[in-house]
Amino acid sequence: MKTVRIFFTGVGGQGNVLASKLLGEAALLSNIPVVLSEIHGMSQRGGVVESTAVIGGALSPVIADGEADILMAFEPLEALRALRKIHRKSVIIVSTAPLPPSSVATGQCAYPDVKGIPDFLAAKAARVVSLDARKEAEKAGNPLGVNMVMLGALFATGALPISKDALTEAIRKGTKPAFLEKNLACFERGVETASGRK
Amino acid sequence: MSILLNGKPGEKALLMGNEALVRGAYEAGLDFASCYPGTPSSEVSTLLFGLQKKADFYMEFATNEKVATEAAAGAALAGLKSMTALKHVGLNVAADPLGTLSYMGVRGAMVIYNADDPGMFSSQNEQDNRYFAQLFNVPMFEPSNAQEMKDMTVAAFALSQELGMPVIVRSTTRVAHMRGPVVFGPVSPAKKQTYFERAPKDLVSLPANARVMHVRLLERMKNAAETSEKSPFNRVEGEGTLGVITSSASVPYVLDAIRDLGLSGKVATYCLGMTWPLPEKGLARFLSGKSKVLVVEELEPWLENAVKAVAQAHGLNMPIRGKGTAGLLTRLSEYDPALVRAAIAEYFEVEDIFPDKVDASDCPPLPVRPPSLCAGCPHRMTYYAAKKAAEGLDVIFPNDIGCYTLGFMPPLQMADTVLCMGASVSVPAGLGYAVRESGQKILAFIGDSTFFHSGMTGLVHAVFNNHKFTLVILDNQITAMTGHQPSPAMDPQAADGNLTPVDIEAVARGLGVKHVQVVRPTNLKKTTAAIREALEYDGLSVIIAREPCPLSVKRHLGKQKAVKFAVDQEKCTKCRACISTFACPAFFVDNETIRIDPTLCAGCAVCVQVCPAHAIKPAKAD
Repeated sequence: MKTVRIFFTGVGGQGNVLASKLLGEAALLSNIPVVLSEIHGMSQRGGVVESTAVIGGALSPVIADGEADILMAFEPLEALRALRKIHRKSVIIVSTAPLPPSSVATGQCAYPDVKGIPDFLAAKAARVVSLDARKEAEKAGNPLGVNMVMLGALFATGALPISKDALTEAIRKGTKPAFLEKNLACFERGVETASGRK
Repeated sequence: MSILLNGKPGEKALLMGNEALVRGAYEAGLDFASCYPGTPSSEVSTLLFGLQKKADFYMEFATNEKVATEAAAGAALAGLKSMTALKHVGLNVAADPLGTLSYMGVRGAMVIYNADDPGMFSSQNEQDNRYFAQLFNVPMFEPSNAQEMKDMTVAAFALSQELGMPVIVRSTTRVAHMRGPVVFGPVSPAKKQTYFERAPKDLVSLPANARVMHVRLLERMKNAAETSEKSPFNRVEGEGTLGVITSSASVPYVLDAIRDLGLSGKVATYCLGMTWPLPEKGLARFLSGKSKVLVVEELEPWLENAVKAVAQAHGLNMPIRGKGTAGLLTRLSEYDPALVRAAIAEYFEVEDIFPDKVDASDCPPLPVRPPSLCAGCPHRMTYYAAKKAAEGLDVIFPNDIGCYTLGFMPPLQMADTVLCMGASVSVPAGLGYAVRESGQKILAFIGDSTFFHSGMTGLVHAVFNNHKFTLVILDNQITAMTGHQPSPAMDPQAADGNLTPVDIEAVARGLGVKHVQVVRPTNLKKTTAAIREALEYDGLSVIIAREPCPLSVKRHLGKQKAVKFAVDQEKCTKCRACISTFACPAFFVDNETIRIDPTLCAGCAVCVQVCPAHAIKPAKAD
């Protein structure tokens, strides 16, 4: 099986580590080899959080520069920062809702032109799926479900050797029962939104 | 998380390296654990603490790694299976007991889980702790994935029990924080308690006894070397006349690279899982017949030097390279799959696979996203007050290790030195002596958990030697940085009767400090006045700035302040004092208008005291 490397990036609190973990669980349920990695450290204090999922047979959980087949960017600025990770045939899934870092919020630095980011990314990668995951999560009734929307969008790209059943089963097993229904709704919302933009 | 306890033999689960280690300890029949948290090992302590309620082992948080190691040694000397988990610099603190515990040996079993941090994701240095195993004659396992984390932990306990000596399991950030499938094994029952059999000659390290112990230690290491020769964790993958020797996080990078470079059948890889003592005979066997050999390891050339020594001893003279290969295998930071692949390609003279990287040179400048003190963080309040208190004075700020080290960042910039845990209390001794005629004053900072870890001895030193400086103890009543583990400074109400909190004020007074004041940093005026008074006091002074970590209050007690605050735009003069001096991350500039993000606002109301225009008010309910 061909190895697929997925690089997740976002900001502390967006749940990208959980998203990579659920993807890993779905791979495990599907008997597909999987390894994951995540970087904690000081990332909980508003910094960048990165995690990876490598499925299909490679043993290294770490993704070197230029070797991510899929970039899951939970925030547009972080998509730009993670460009070093992708190659020309990569698929990028990017949420367009900006979370300005403190350096921007306090007026020390400027945030790049948000509206131009999807086009900028499109010129670099084979395919870009952009969606406002925060808005979609809110519409689905769980503003904290950005990671579920992103997982749905990832599935919709068809770039994964993993079924929808396996992903929803992983969500069922790996998220709190009180949020399950809304998380599944967020996932579906992500699938629909991304499918509409193929 | 109960899968770690409930998982049946043969069952498979996706586990983080640190989780797998906990499962391994549980399978081995762990009785007792004591830890001081340190990333990347922190999850182990948190998991053990939480799981003990449903398991037969007991776990306690220690005040520091030395205490934890000695506590675990006590249990193992009495015949129990014990462990501690620490980060690489934590082993510096625990080096004293470990150096002699190896002489004494243990009677149950004892495992020290040590997590190194190449790349310094959350550490002050990237020292290579494999040298400790060699220095102290302690056998060492080095897992390279989650399954091995579990399996080698089980093996480490077994070896410790068999040889009667402590054993190290060493990981790195990548191994500790990777996730992979782990197949569970059977669980051995814990012994839970025992009777201490006296054996003073074995357990009292007086010189006369220690000389005998040293001889015994070397005999045990001989037996350990035999185990290493036969260990299934030291295995050769593939075959060929070219060779790679590797261990730890580099193992998967090497194996992936050999496959991807089409070197299968040409390069054999010796994957070392038990790295101390090294399988010397196994290495000699592996080397003989190889035309050239590459050693791939992160950090220091520890393995490389050992392999070269083995080759010399066996009269083998094929080229053996490691550090410096292709200019890539450096002693700095962590490696990654592409870096290791490039080094292997160059050394074995095959074409590398270059990923089709994208050209991002036209990317606009990207604003940095540094971590910062959270909204509502009491450390920001104390720093703000301290900065005000220091106005007009020439003040040096020795600082320490914890969330509050982020006070280094602008605009607070309240750290002039950060050395290691506890050093902010001891550095002022020599620093103060050096600058005694310069007119400079010293205002040092330390967190509550770090104070108990290694600040108290420095404070006694300061009292004893009449040093004059001010120490601010940033008491948020928890070990916040590593994930909110209990601190001895915890709120007595939260202690639940199982723990006995220790009053820092009583400690400071008991240690002989005459000027001690407790303040609530939420009151900036009073805090500023107290710190100013302390700075002007002719002697040693301690200020305890006490306010619980709001994240911990929210997570553990489910409490959150209901009132959020907002900027009254009619009153706001856009002076930006809230941003440029206080820098709470809930503030943002929206087209020249200053606003507060209600989703971030913690409701602490301290910015109300900061705003010179009195423009910050409770937000109206929607």
